[in-house]
Amino acid sequence: MASSINIADKTYNALVEIGDMTFFAKRYFKSVGSAPIEWEELWRQCYLVGNRSLLLVAVTGFILGLVFTLQSRPTLSEFGAVSWMPSMVSISIVREIGPVITALVCAGKISSGIGAEIGSMRVTEQIDAMEVSGTNPFKYLVMTRVTATTLMLPLLIIFGDAVALFGSALVEYLKGGVSFVLYFNKVFDAITFNDLLPATIKSFFFGFVIGLIGCYKGYYCEKGTAGVGKASNSAVVYASMILFVVDFIAVFISDIFFEI
Amino acid sequence: MTESNTHREVILEISNLQKSFGSNKVLDNFNLRLFRGENLVVMGKSGSGKSVMVKCLVGLMEPNSGRITINNKDITSLNQESLDILRTEIGFLFQGSALYDSMTVRENLEFPLRKHKKRLQINETTEHLVQQALKSVGLSSALDLMPSELSGGMKRRVALARALILNPSIIIYDEPTTGLDPITAKEIIALMKSIQSSYGTSALIITHDVDCARVVADRIILLIKGKNYIEGSFQELSSSTDLQVRAFFK
Ligand SMILES: Nc1ncnc2c1ncn2[C@@H]1O[C@H](COP(=O)(O)OP(=O)(O)OP(=O)(O)O)[C@@H](O)[C@H]1O
Ligand SMILES: [Mg+2]
Repeated sequence: MASSINIADKTYNALVEIGDMTFFAKRYFKSVGSAPIEWEELWRQCYLVGNRSLLLVAVTGFILGLVFTLQSRPTLSEFGAVSWMPSMVSISIVREIGPVITALVCAGKISSGIGAEIGSMRVTEQIDAMEVSGTNPFKYLVMTRVTATTLMLPLLIIFGDAVALFGSALVEYLKGGVSFVLYFNKVFDAITFNDLLPATIKSFFFGFVIGLIGCYKGYYCEKGTAGVGKASNSAVVYASMILFVVDFIAVFISDIFFEI
Repeated sequence: MTESNTHREVILEISNLQKSFGSNKVLDNFNLRLFRGENLVVMGKSGSGKSVMVKCLVGLMEPNSGRITINNKDITSLNQESLDILRTEIGFLFQGSALYDSMTVRENLEFPLRKHKKRLQINETTEHLVQQALKSVGLSSALDLMPSELSGGMKRRVALARALILNPSIIIYDEPTTGLDPITAKEIIALMKSIQSSYGTSALIITHDVDCARVVADRIILLIKGKNYIEGSFQELSSSTDLQVRAFFK
């Protein structure tokens, strides 16, 4: 009995939370639409989002390409299909694994960072101070960060994909003697516009989710230092979960329009 | 005291302010008038709703009912833009200083300027204004430090400089001396006095520091159970026979 109440409560709370996030998103779009835009801060945030995650995305991308290729080799060679490696790896990385892994890594890095930063600004009344000094804190803090992650995530994902393919090419070069030129020729033969477009569109949504959840959790942070930790932590949890939901929806839709 | 009040200009007025959080009635018909050029101290126990009251004043919290007028403008009826403009006439010193910790002291002070300098037709350069404000709180050397490199007392001063930078006609101090050692507290109190005399600002000072009240207060209001319990000069209140009042001045 008690556990069923617990589940009902939790479901209810989750629904309320999703409703709140929707309002938060709506408020974001309103603030994007209304002048003036804090260009300088937006530019700075774009730089920070890109710069802070570049190395992390590169390392995970490289290892991803490496491991993926190493582990696919035995199976492919069983069928005598090792020459298919570049097209198989590139399509799965560009379409699915690259965007999802990069977005998850960025959720861990960026969402939690934004959640903690804005959360501590809330707790120490810096957001109130901003408001009192006649600057709209939502515009200055939230609008700039969410826009920055939305714009930067596609770039980070393309970069991550490229590094992953490089990792894969390296394995093929060392193990199969395939030259980099041949490998990438095959890659570019295999990838089509219909692979790239849906992946890129969904990257924007990933970026939006990462920024929005971080800001939302920080903006409504509970008082006290414990609140900041909670904000940062639940930002990662929610962002990762919602990323998968968005990915599912994206695959579903692109299945209709682009016939995977 | 009360007779002379009728001739003075009211710059800020709170009438019948009510604010509750759920069943917790924090402010219950609170009234207050601040006259031009005076230092008004509001005293009350911790948790009595002093911070809530000043947050309602600047529109950070919405009261359940009541009227708040600043310079004869009802703040609850203003749109966002007019509210922002009105807010530039108020300097707010937060209880915890609330410096932007990702910005240097200089950037902290520039922050209120970047939005309102043009509109207020301030002709001095930003650099000059920042230097001036820091000098008036005696911290010229801290210009390029980060807030994390400042002591509690220095933070309070920088926050004060930031509150002063748009040359507001009203300053609200939320517990300016709490958490400081007695000597630094005295310096801040002296600073508040000198701001009043040199800028002619009116100030609303929230505190439970009796020393602070003694030095700066022209008038004191006690906030007890959400109401203005009693009002008077430091002399009057400290010699009161009422037990609740005496408890503050022991
Ligand atoms: N955002 C809020 N949500 C719910 N309750 C609140 C909120 N802010 C304040 N309160 C409640 O209002 C009451 C008054 O709080 P307030 O911060 O105004 O006290 P204070 O008089 O400033 O105390 P102190 O001297 O310790 O600063 C407290 O009981 C507090 O729990
Ligand atoms: Mg307080």
